[in-house]
Amino acid sequence: MVSLAQTHRLASGGLIDRSAPLNFSFDGKILAGFQGDTLASALIANGVKLVGRSFKYHRPRGILTAGSEEPNALVELRTGARREPNTKATTAELYDGLEAASQNRWPSLRHDLMAVNQLFAPIFVAGFYYKTFMWPAKFWEAIYEPAIRRAAGLGRAAGVADPDHYDKAWAHCDVLIAGSGPAGLAAALAAGRSGARVILCEEDFALGGRLLADGGTIDRVPAAEWIARTLAELATLPDVRIMSRTTLFGVYDGGTYGAIERVNDHLPSPPEHQVRQRLWRIVAKRSIVAAGAIERPVVFAGNDTPGVMMASAMRTYVERYAATPARRVALFTNNEDGWRTAETALRAGLQIAAVVDARPEVSAAHRALAAKAGFPVLNGSVVGVDGGKDGVRKIAVSLTGGARAEVEADGLAVSGGWNPAVGLTSYHRGRPKWQDDISAFVPDSAPPGMVAAGAANGAFGLGACLSQGFAAGAAAAQSAGCSGTAGTPPVADDEAFSLTPLWHVAGKGKAFVDHQHDVTASDIELAQREGFESVEHLKRYTTLGMATDQGKTSNVAGLAIMAAVSGRSIPETGTTIYRPPYVPVAIGAFAGHHRDENFHATRLTPSHHWAAEQGAIFVDTGLWKRAQWYPRAGEKDWLESVTREVKAVRSGVGFCDVSTLGKIDVHGPDAGAFLDRVYINTFSNLAVGKARYGLMLREDGMVYDDGTTSRLAEDHYFLTTTTAKAGPVMQHLEFCRQVLFPELDVQLTSVSDQWAQFSVAGPKTRDLLRKIVDPAEDLSNEGFPFMGAREVSLRGGIKARLFRISFSGEMAFEISVPARYGDALVRNLMLAGKRFGVTPYGTEALGVMRIEKGHVAGPELNGTTTAADLGLAKMMSTKKDFIGRAMAGREALAAADRQVVVGIKPTDKMRRLRSGAHVIPKGEIPGPDNDQGYVASVCFSPTLDQWIGLALVERGRERIGEIVHAHDPLRGEDYDVELCNSVFYDPDGGRQRG
Amino acid sequence: MRIVCPFCGERELGEFTYLGDAKPVRPAAGASEDEVFDYVYLRDNVAGETSEHWYHGGGCRAWLKIARNTLTHEISSVEPAAGVGAAKVGA
Ligand SMILES: [Zn+2]
Repeated sequence: MVSLAQTHRLASGGLIDRSAPLNFSFDGKILAGFQGDTLASALIANGVKLVGRSFKYHRPRGILTAGSEEPNALVELRTGARREPNTKATTAELYDGLEAASQNRWPSLRHDLMAVNQLFAPIFVAGFYYKTFMWPAKFWEAIYEPAIRRAAGLGRAAGVADPDHYDKAWAHCDVLIAGSGPAGLAAALAAGRSGARVILCEEDFALGGRLLADGGTIDRVPAAEWIARTLAELATLPDVRIMSRTTLFGVYDGGTYGAIERVNDHLPSPPEHQVRQRLWRIVAKRSIVAAGAIERPVVFAGNDTPGVMMASAMRTYVERYAATPARRVALFTNNEDGWRTAETALRAGLQIAAVVDARPEVSAAHRALAAKAGFPVLNGSVVGVDGGKDGVRKIAVSLTGGARAEVEADGLAVSGGWNPAVGLTSYHRGRPKWQDDISAFVPDSAPPGMVAAGAANGAFGLGACLSQGFAAGAAAAQSAGCSGTAGTPPVADDEAFSLTPLWHVAGKGKAFVDHQHDVTASDIELAQREGFESVEHLKRYTTLGMATDQGKTSNVAGLAIMAAVSGRSIPETGTTIYRPPYVPVAIGAFAGHHRDENFHATRLTPSHHWAAEQGAIFVDTGLWKRAQWYPRAGEKDWLESVTREVKAVRSGVGFCDVSTLGKIDVHGPDAGAFLDRVYINTFSNLAVGKARYGLMLREDGMVYDDGTTSRLAEDHYFLTTTTAKAGPVMQHLEFCRQVLFPELDVQLTSVSDQWAQFSVAGPKTRDLLRKIVDPAEDLSNEGFPFMGAREVSLRGGIKARLFRISFSGEMAFEISVPARYGDALVRNLMLAGKRFGVTPYGTEALGVMRIEKGHVAGPELNGTTTAADLGLAKMMSTKKDFIGRAMAGREALAAADRQVVVGIKPTDKMRRLRSGAHVIPKGEIPGPDNDQGYVASVCFSPTLDQWIGLALVERGRERIGEIVHAHDPLRGEDYDVELCNSVFYDPDGGRQRG
Repeated sequence: MRIVCPFCGERELGEFTYLGDAKPVRPAAGASEDEVFDYVYLRDNVAGETSEHWYHGGGCRAWLKIARNTLTHEISSVEPAAGVGAAKVGA
C-alpha cells in the first residue's frame, strides 16, 4: 500500500514511532498512521472529523475525548466473524491493515438519509418510547419496534461465532493499583519498595496517564524521564507486576477484583495458540484507585458538532500523537486547567482564534500570553456552534454583560472542569460526596481495603497526586503486613486550579448532555416538568448515562442541570448507583474456554473407549457421556438396535456400564444407625453379605433419591445413588453426619470414581461370570442368592465386588472392579461371552427394561412424589425416626386422591405413546379441571410387542383396568389408554430370583 | 467473596455451596408436625448479621457455620458446623 500524506500530523514530536508507518482503512478509504497511534489519533492526523452518526437523530459526530470515556467515536472494528461493534476509536490501537467502519448511517456516513430523524425530533424526546408507541399494543411489535431499530442504534454484531479464544486467570497480591499516572506510579514505588507484592493495571498501552500529554517536572527532571526512571526501578523490585492494556472493571466481596486484559486486541488477529483477551480475577489485600479524573463538557447548543472536543483531549492529540484536531482553535473554559490547551496549541504552532473564559477574572499572566500571541480573551460563554459534518466553522459567544461575539475557528476545545473517576470506589453502593472547591463528586467511602489517591480522590495538582499516591502505597503495604521502608517520595509543584462551575449555557438548538444516547438539556428539563426528578427516574426516563459509556462524560452534567431546574443543590440531587463493569467487557471473556464442547467438564465411563470402538451412540447425562445404544450394520434406526439389545438380554446375556451411579463407602460402628436415619427403611438389621433397596426423603417428605446399599462388613456399608444425585446425596449425607447427627461414629467416603461397575443380566449371566470369576467362588442360587453382596476374586486374582441385584428383572449381577480395570473387564466380558452371544446394551435398553419391570427412575423421582405415590409406602418404617418422616405425614401428602404411579397401555396396540400427555377421564373434554395426571415414562416394549408407559394418575392404582384418555396438545394427539399394573414383566419376580 | 475455611485456609467462593439459615435446629424425634414444619419452612429474612450453613465441597467437605452480614457481605466468623446442630433424633 502507498503511504499517504497525513495532513494534520506535526513534523516532529509525540510518542509515535515515525519509523513504523502503518496503513489502515476507514469506510474503505486507505489512510496512514504510525505505531503508537490510536485509531482516533490516526483519523485526526488524516484530517478526518466526521466519524459517526448519532443514535437517535443521526447527527454527524466527531471525536470528543482521547480515552475510554468516549461517547461519540464508536466504530465497527475488523470484518467478518471478528467484526466488533461500538469499539471506541479513542482506545483502539492502530495496527497495519486495521479496518474500521462508521456506524448507524445509511447509505453512507456523509449522506445519511436517516438524518431526517432530526426533523421528527419532537417525537424522540425524553420518554418517547413510553409516550408515542404505547397504543395500540399490537403496533409495537409489528411497526414501531422494527422502525425504531432500523432508525436508531449502534453497531452491528458479527452474527457468527467468535473465532477467538479467551482466557480466565487468577492473580494474588498485597497491593493492587488502578492507573499508571503520577499517583499510581508513586503508589507502586512506595508499595514495591516496602516489599509488597504489587499489581498495577493500566488500561492504556502506554504508561504515565496524563503525564503522557501534560508533561511537567518531577524530581527536577521532565516527566517522561521520571516515568522511565520509575519503571526501571519498579523492574528491579522483586514482585511488582505492571499490566498494561488492562482495565480494572469491578470490585467484588473479599478483596476480589475483575480486570480485562486486551492481550492481542492491538493485532489484526491473535497469533496462533494465543488468546484475544484474558479475564483476571485479582485478589488483593489492599487496593489503590489512581484512575484519575475525566474532563467534563459544558452543555451548549451545537456542542456535538464534529470539531468540538474536550480541552485535555486536544492536548493529548497534539502532545502525545503530534496530531492536530484543528488549525485555528477556539477554547472555552471555566477553569485554569483549560488554559493549558492554549499553551499547547501555541507551542505546536496552531492559531488561537479566541479563549472564552466563563470566570469573572482571568489572570494577568493569561492576559499577557494572549496579548503576546495576539488572540482575544472573551469573558462569557459559548452559546452556539455554526458547523456540520465538515466540522466547526464559527462559534457564537455571549459576552458577560449581554453583548454577542462570533469567532471563526475550525475547532473548539472545551473544559468544564474535572470529575474524579469514582466508579471503582462506589461499586459497593458507596455514594460519592460533593467537594465545593472543585465542584465535583469525590469518593466518600470505599469498599474495604480500598483508598483513592490523586485526581481520583479530587487532588488535581501534580505534586498532590505524587504525594497522595506515594503515601497510599506506603500505607497499603504496611497494612498488608510489609515492613520495608518506602524511601523518599517523588516531588513536584502543584498547578493552580480555580473553577467557576458552569454546566449549561442556554441557547437555540440542541444542546447534548449524553452524546451517545442523544439526551439533550431540554430532555432533562422535560423530565423534571413531568415529575421524573429523582436521578434514578431521570436516568430511566431519558436513558441518560445508560449507553455503552455509562455516562462518563454526561452523568454529572445531567444531574447538575436537573438540580438547577428543580431548585435543589447538586449534592441534594445526588448520584445514581454505580455498577460494574467500568468498561464494556466481551461476554466471551467471561466464558473463557468454557464454550462448545468445553462448556462443562466431560466425564467418561471406564468402558468409554471400548464403547467408542464399537461405534456406540453416546448421550449426555449430566457431565457423563453414556453409551445410549450400540448400532449394528443393517439396523435402520435406534428402535431396532434397542429392541435387539433388550431381546438379547431377556433371552441370553448382556451387560451395561453403570459406573455413573454415585458410590459412597459408609464406615464406622454407627454406620447402620446412620443409614436408618437417612433412609425410610431399616439398614441396621441388614445381614453382612446382603444388599437392600433404599429410599431417601427430603426433610419436607418428598422422595429425594433411591439406590441399593450393601453391607460388606459389620461396620462397612456400600451405598449407591442415582447418577443425577451422586454429588447432592454426598453433600446431604455429610450434612446429616456433621450437623444433624454428630454423635454418631460414622465416616463417609465418595468412591464413585474408584469403581467401574457393570450390570450383567440375562438367563446366561452365571455362564458368563463363571468365565470371569475365580472358579472357587460359588455363584449358585444357594451360594449367592438374590440380593447377595460380597467381595470375590476374579480369575487372575483381582478383587471385585459382586452384587446380585437386578434393574432389568432378569437374573443379574452387578460387578465392580477398581476403575483402572474397567476397560480390561469389559473386553474380557466380550471375549468370554462370545459363545453365549453376549450383547452390550446402552441406557435406552436399560430404560426399556426398567419400565417393563415398573421400576421408578428420574421422571417419577421428580421432587414432587412421595414414597406412597411411587407405590413404596410399605418401605416406610414406623419404628424409627428418619429424615422426612414428620412432613411425609402431612394431610396433603397422605391424601387419597394423589397422583400415583400406574402402568398404561394404548387400547390400540399399534399406537405409539409419548411422555408428557395429560390423563383425562374418558369421554370428557380436556381442561384444567379434569386433568388427572400425566404420562411420565414410555417405551416400546419388545417383550410385549407394543408401547407401554408409567403415568402419574389420580388414584391410579385403584383404577386398574379403567380406560382413560391421553390428551397431548403439544403434539396434537388424542387417544385412549388402559390403566394397568406398573409391573409389565414377570410380576412375581421369578426370573430375577432364579 | 472469600471464605476462610478453618481446615483449608482462605478459599474462593466457587469452592463452597450455600445451604441456608443455620439457626433452626432439627426437632427431636416425635416432635409435633407444627414444630417440624417451622424447622423445615420458616426462615427470618434478616437484614444484617446471619448465621448460615455452607459446604466446602471443593475442599475438605466440611460443613461450616458462617456468621455473615447480609447488608455488607462481611463474614465475621467461620467455624466447623460439626456438633453445632444438636442431634435430637433417635437419641
Ligand atoms: Zn475446607
